[in-house]
Amino acid sequence: MDARREPAPTNSGTTIERKSERELVITRMFNGPARIVYEAWTRPELFMRWWAPKSTGVPMLSCEMDVRTGGGYRVAFGHDDSSAMAFFGKYIEVIPNSRLVWTNEESEDAAVTTVTFEEKDGRTRLVLHELYPSKEALDEAIAGMDDGMPEQFEQLDELLVTLGANLRGA
Amino acid sequence: MQPIRLLILNHMVQYSRPPLDASFAALSDTTRRGVLEQLGRSDASITELAEKFHMTLTGMKKHVGVLEQAGLVITKKVGRVRTCKLGLRRLEEEAAWIERYRQLWDARFDELDKVVEELKRKEKADGRKKRAGPHE
Repeated sequence: MDARREPAPTNSGTTIERKSERELVITRMFNGPARIVYEAWTRPELFMRWWAPKSTGVPMLSCEMDVRTGGGYRVAFGHDDSSAMAFFGKYIEVIPNSRLVWTNEESEDAAVTTVTFEEKDGRTRLVLHELYPSKEALDEAIAGMDDGMPEQFEQLDELLVTLGANLRGA
Repeated sequence: MQPIRLLILNHMVQYSRPPLDASFAALSDTTRRGVLEQLGRSDASITELAEKFHMTLTGMKKHVGVLEQAGLVITKKVGRVRTCKLGLRRLEEEAAWIERYRQLWDARFDELDKVVEELKRKEKADGRKKRAGPHE
């Protein structure tokens, strides 16, 4: 192994924690300065390249962002306009290169999302915090999040079969 | 900017959706978490649990009832004794749902890594150009 080689960014590990009945916290290190990571979150043409990875099965059709306090955003997913689903809301706090807070207004049960970018030694620790209006809303979001991810259903099926087998074997 | 939902596959999820509510409510109580820990060590009757946690039989029955409804505990009555043991199925399912969400973010962030790398390269190249001048 070449010790001088930079660590692969994919080794940075995404963690998730249900911090309370209403909160989920997701963290990840990025191998770049905060201004660059922030840019990828706030420029639509860049955002579109990573928010809907292939494994989700549904591409992003369009993305509009007015990144300033009080500004709105609108993101549409689908295979064509007729099947498109839109997600929208507004930015309630914008501190360039450091902090973004937005609402998700497509549903009453949707979270307020806070993303912070903390730079250290040229790398950025990203913390994404979702605050749901109620415990039930978060339970629902967790349970419903795989909707529209066919690959993951196959994996889920396998998992359920495994769990079932374990139970029967127990 | 929530994850995507396609209604066409909804029934599959609803069919297998674990009652998360009940489980999280069940886990919100110190005594009930204690009971789960205890049952993790060995099965116990409701009478034994009541004694251990200095509670009335009725009080412990209520707690066990909540845990049972959440699928966290299974009880079985043999003669006059009701024995409780762990039923971890729903906890595992919840953990699996959380893990799936983590994987979604992980997939996103792997793509985001690529964007970040590209922007860094571009910034470097632009920096060289500026130093080299005279391009504005």
